[in-house]
Amino acid sequence: MEPFVKLEGVVAPLDAVNVDTDMIIPAVYLKSIERTGFGQFLFDRYRYNEDRSENPDFLLNQDAYRSARILVSGPNFGCGSSREHAPWALEDYGIRCIIAPSFADIFFNNCFKNGVLPLILPEDDVRRIMDKAKDNPGFQLTVDLEGKQVRDSDEEIVVDFEVDEFRRYCLLNGLDDIGLTLQHEDAIAAFESR
Amino acid sequence: MAARTMFEKIWDAHVVHEEPGQPSLIYIDLHLVHEVTSPQAFDGLRMAGRQVRRPDLTVATADHNTPTWELTRPVEDQISKAQLDALDRNAAEFGLPMYYDRFSENQGIVHVIGPDLGYTLPGKTVVCGDSHTSTHGALGCFAVGIGTSEVEHVLATQTLRQFKPRTMEVRVDGELPSGVSAKDIILGIIGHMGVNGGTGHVIEYTGEAIRGLSMDGRMTVCNMSIEGGARAGMIAPDDTTFEYVRTRPYAPKGAELEAKIEEWRSLPTDPGATYDRTIVINAADLAPFVTWGTKPDMVAQITDRVPDPASFETTAEREAAERALEYMGLEPNQRIEDIKIDRVFLGACTNARIDDLRAAANVIRGRQVSSDVYAMVVPGSARVKAEAEAEGLDQVFKDAGFDWRVAGCSMCLGMNPDILDPGQRCASTSNRNFEGRQGKGGRTHLVSPEMAAAAAIAGHFTDVRNF
Repeated sequence: MEPFVKLEGVVAPLDAVNVDTDMIIPAVYLKSIERTGFGQFLFDRYRYNEDRSENPDFLLNQDAYRSARILVSGPNFGCGSSREHAPWALEDYGIRCIIAPSFADIFFNNCFKNGVLPLILPEDDVRRIMDKAKDNPGFQLTVDLEGKQVRDSDEEIVVDFEVDEFRRYCLLNGLDDIGLTLQHEDAIAAFESR
Repeated sequence: MAARTMFEKIWDAHVVHEEPGQPSLIYIDLHLVHEVTSPQAFDGLRMAGRQVRRPDLTVATADHNTPTWELTRPVEDQISKAQLDALDRNAAEFGLPMYYDRFSENQGIVHVIGPDLGYTLPGKTVVCGDSHTSTHGALGCFAVGIGTSEVEHVLATQTLRQFKPRTMEVRVDGELPSGVSAKDIILGIIGHMGVNGGTGHVIEYTGEAIRGLSMDGRMTVCNMSIEGGARAGMIAPDDTTFEYVRTRPYAPKGAELEAKIEEWRSLPTDPGATYDRTIVINAADLAPFVTWGTKPDMVAQITDRVPDPASFETTAEREAAERALEYMGLEPNQRIEDIKIDRVFLGACTNARIDDLRAAANVIRGRQVSSDVYAMVVPGSARVKAEAEAEGLDQVFKDAGFDWRVAGCSMCLGMNPDILDPGQRCASTSNRNFEGRQGKGGRTHLVSPEMAAAAAIAGHFTDVRNF
């Protein structure tokens, strides 16, 4: 897993509540047995027209947001299915941080396994970032996981944040969970022989 | 020892390792695997040279991609076929003895076969790379949906790293009114608490109305816990549970089972134990529900009207409702009973068990599906299908004009040949009414099997209590 230390990038404002995993990637695209290549299907139903041409109204098809690395959205982002294809699609597209007031549990968890930071900020701060990204297409933020701070270049937005320390440690170091768990193999074996 | 909830008892009994500030390492008693969320996990094992630690605790089946047409007809979508073939190969390579492919008599939707075959038992920890794993909690176990990285983790270590969730009691007091089903209970609960009302929590459903449900009904309730945002749902085991387990083919038998049952009697929440939150619902306030929007909490009673977005309090709610009505092609204040439908889907891990089929059959017996409607029944497993056929339910459905299909996830999620056409409107017994869930542009209304059956006959939603 690619470590996540500090991310600087364009913010795409997806101003909606309860963005679900079927919106992020519809089930019809979950048939691949690979782990990569899902970025082309990110937000598929909204990004493309019937003939697969780009829908110019969709956020990520507008030049200012096309290269977005950060998505800001409303509460309960990622609700619905457990499909890890959702963070895979975001990551493959190039989005490595989602900022929202709250996330659905399974999606939240899946992000950390893939070097994607789901960042919970207070609703007011999310709104300020959303509005600034809407008013200034191409607006950039720095998400500093090491310093636990989000800021923009003119320091109009400076927000300190908290992330669970264990998850932060794994993200900063790009650590694979299975390796960590197998350090406790004796405890697992002992449990099994009870 | 301090009074504990059922969840806490199961959690405590499965902790392998704990360190402050870290997620706990929890032992997993049953891992259910299906073809969609597992190929990348098996690949990960291969790349790292790892084995499946406990093939004897791993049950696999093919359900999401499988067409529901006759088994003699092959899978035509080559990408689906490749995914199904990958599970065949992985089950063989990693030596999974309990793998039920498309042709097995034990095949079916993973959340139907787990309990039905007797693998899901009270007190267990159960995981599956599927959010509706919450279903299994109906037997009094802790069952959670996980992502593919975690599937790989469980395959390799038989453990899961989890921060301990909070607990929430959802109590449904009083007796369920006649004509109101388990599906209406859970739709009513989600309508009450919202799609993120349960986030971070494990729900325990309690109360007279829950106690009165059959096991199939309890599974319907627990199935949709995730639609309320909860990590898991569970119901304390009782004699109804034990009687169910007694007749399952792979459950313990004889003296071993009786000893287990004695053990399971100590699982229910202790008197005096506290939950982090409690919600109370009166069963008398419940009625047959129909969802009108694109999230499961957008529900109305059958006798109500589609809400006016202007009536919502916040801007976000108003905008979400406006968008939902536009997508669904509905008008504010339209009577729910006036909504005409094109399709009926009776199936999915929410409502494809034998009780569900019996309930729907009782509604349609001797009646005809409206000429404007195409209706299909997809039993949840090959065993449910065989059981229904032995009772003659298939004939009841066929006589009424329903299409009788082979088991699978079918039109719940739009990844096999069963999908809605753009603009088509469906009365569905599944669990998600998200935009495009049943096919691009498809419009989904979630209802109980009885309400789906009544809508199939009438051609529009109608109050099954008057049938």
